[in-house]
Amino acid sequence: MIQTDEHHSCNGTLKSHSDQKQQENNNLKNGYHRNEKVQKNGKGDGFHQPRVRGEDSFEEAPLYVAVLTYMGYGIVILFGYFRDFLRAVGLEKCHQAREREEQKDFVPLYQDFENFYKRNLYMRVRDNWNRPICSLPGPVFDVMERVSDDYNWTFRLTGRTVENVINMGSYNYLGFAENNVDFLKTVAEETRQYGVGVCSTRQELGNLSIHEKLEQLVAEFLGVESAMAFGMGFATNSMNIPALVGKGCLILSDELNHTSLILGARLSGATIRVFKHNNMQSLEKMLKEAICSGQPRTHRVWKKILIMVEGIYSMEGSLVRLPEILALKKKYKAYLYLDEAHSIGAVGPTGRGVIEHFGVDPKEVDVLMGTFTKSFGAAGGYIAGKKELVDYLRSHSHSAVYATAMSPPVVEQIIRAIKCIMGYDGTTEGQRRVRQLAENTRYFRSRLKEMGFIIYGNQDSPVVPLLLYLPGKVGAFSRAMLKRKIGVVVVGFPATPITEARARFCVSAAHTREMLDKVLQSLDELGDDIRVKFSRHRRSYRPELYDETDFELDS
Amino acid sequence: MDMKNMREYMGWLYYQYLLITGIYVLEPWEQSIFNTVLFTMVAMVIYTSYVFVPIHVQLALEFFSELIRGQPESTEQTSQMK
Repeated sequence: MIQTDEHHSCNGTLKSHSDQKQQENNNLKNGYHRNEKVQKNGKGDGFHQPRVRGEDSFEEAPLYVAVLTYMGYGIVILFGYFRDFLRAVGLEKCHQAREREEQKDFVPLYQDFENFYKRNLYMRVRDNWNRPICSLPGPVFDVMERVSDDYNWTFRLTGRTVENVINMGSYNYLGFAENNVDFLKTVAEETRQYGVGVCSTRQELGNLSIHEKLEQLVAEFLGVESAMAFGMGFATNSMNIPALVGKGCLILSDELNHTSLILGARLSGATIRVFKHNNMQSLEKMLKEAICSGQPRTHRVWKKILIMVEGIYSMEGSLVRLPEILALKKKYKAYLYLDEAHSIGAVGPTGRGVIEHFGVDPKEVDVLMGTFTKSFGAAGGYIAGKKELVDYLRSHSHSAVYATAMSPPVVEQIIRAIKCIMGYDGTTEGQRRVRQLAENTRYFRSRLKEMGFIIYGNQDSPVVPLLLYLPGKVGAFSRAMLKRKIGVVVVGFPATPITEARARFCVSAAHTREMLDKVLQSLDELGDDIRVKFSRHRRSYRPELYDETDFELDS
Repeated sequence: MDMKNMREYMGWLYYQYLLITGIYVLEPWEQSIFNTVLFTMVAMVIYTSYVFVPIHVQLALEFFSELIRGQPESTEQTSQMK
């Protein structure tokens, strides 16, 4: 280590109080950033290096699958027209909303494709969604049984419950959706102190000390200067983007962004341009064009260029290409808005999101946004970044000014979850959960790929979409899984492209190996029964790992 | 035993047919309508091919063989006349 006396002699004129700074600058001049690197990543284990991001897979199905999908939709649409005709003629009772007799000559309200789709396709398989649950959404839950007498137009509950259904659909990544009395002691205490309702907005009389504690903790967790928490994750996006950008600004948003981001962008009044999903060439082309041509008609310079991306895309399970986007952002002097709704707590060696996963400095991202709904088992969202940004949002954001403040028990749940992950509560429970989630994710994904299913997304993302494609198989899959006591979420047309219906699994740290094995075995059987193993890269089958260490080998 | 296996297999094949064509989501009477229409069309195709295809094939073969035989005959006649 260089001593300060030598410093004085080397550098000539030096003020004593700037010694420390010069020493750091000297480190920089040597070109050897080792000390700085240790400081940045100090929170993790010693030898953390920026990870190489695995490749996202978006395997395409064989051609006959696409043909059969279109054929299936065509047949069901034909029958949809037939049924609509019967309803119009009067041979069949219409259960859905219709215009009144007096309004028949007005502009039709229920004619577009979305309504046609809802009436004739969605209604037929509607029993796979909105299933009532009567326990907490942990790794296993209880589903209430319901039947329909008129083909899903109305339901009635039979009164029985299906118990211990394995939950593969809840965003319970770290397992904090639990009702263990020991863990929830602090939540009960805070409820006793603050009550449940706040009855005011943050700006008026709703700024409780517990909110300040939460925001400080969130800022420390993420490694930024300051943060602000809001009561609803969707509202965090849709109400804060209008405060950040306005007319005369440009928003470059990814093709597959969430509705809340799109709504916020549209509300702001800025110009929106969409680049292809995770495609850096498309983004760079748009940036170049934006800077060269400026605003559409006047060719004036754009006031701000904001790139909006998500950490993990929830329908594909793909990770953002963060280092490339940061390089582009610096080159073209744009701002970056990173929505870490699904990735905070779920990726990264210590659970701090995609920023830690890629080994990037959190100060390089301008606006960090995330939600507490997924990994922290609570409700709400946050925006974090520089102190000036957050102070500006406190007074200019619609959500901060008009929305009621977060409820104290929810805030305390988030505080205890963050403390658990960071290790402040004195246990290693949080880190154990983060590691368990990573292990579960990799095991689940690799086993599914081996079985021959088409899985989208990155190998590290806990969101696992399994492609089903054909409309008939979507309903059959969900019903068959429930019969085997596994609850899955299947997604179809409005949320995904019409030919790519899928089942979306969310792996959780609370799932044990036995649960995952049961799910995988059921998927294996069901995949063969329904025939959804479309992948052409099927790897060699390997036998299950047993716990016993000595077993007879066939020689 | 074999009859039971056969029937199970046929049941599974019918299930696959329902899933692939998308009929699975429809109500039973709609499935019957679709099955009837499909069966009728397949029956008509079989009938047409059984009754008409052999005749057409035979006629086509005769037509082409006459073309080929017709050419050598005309050259024979011209060489004889010389």
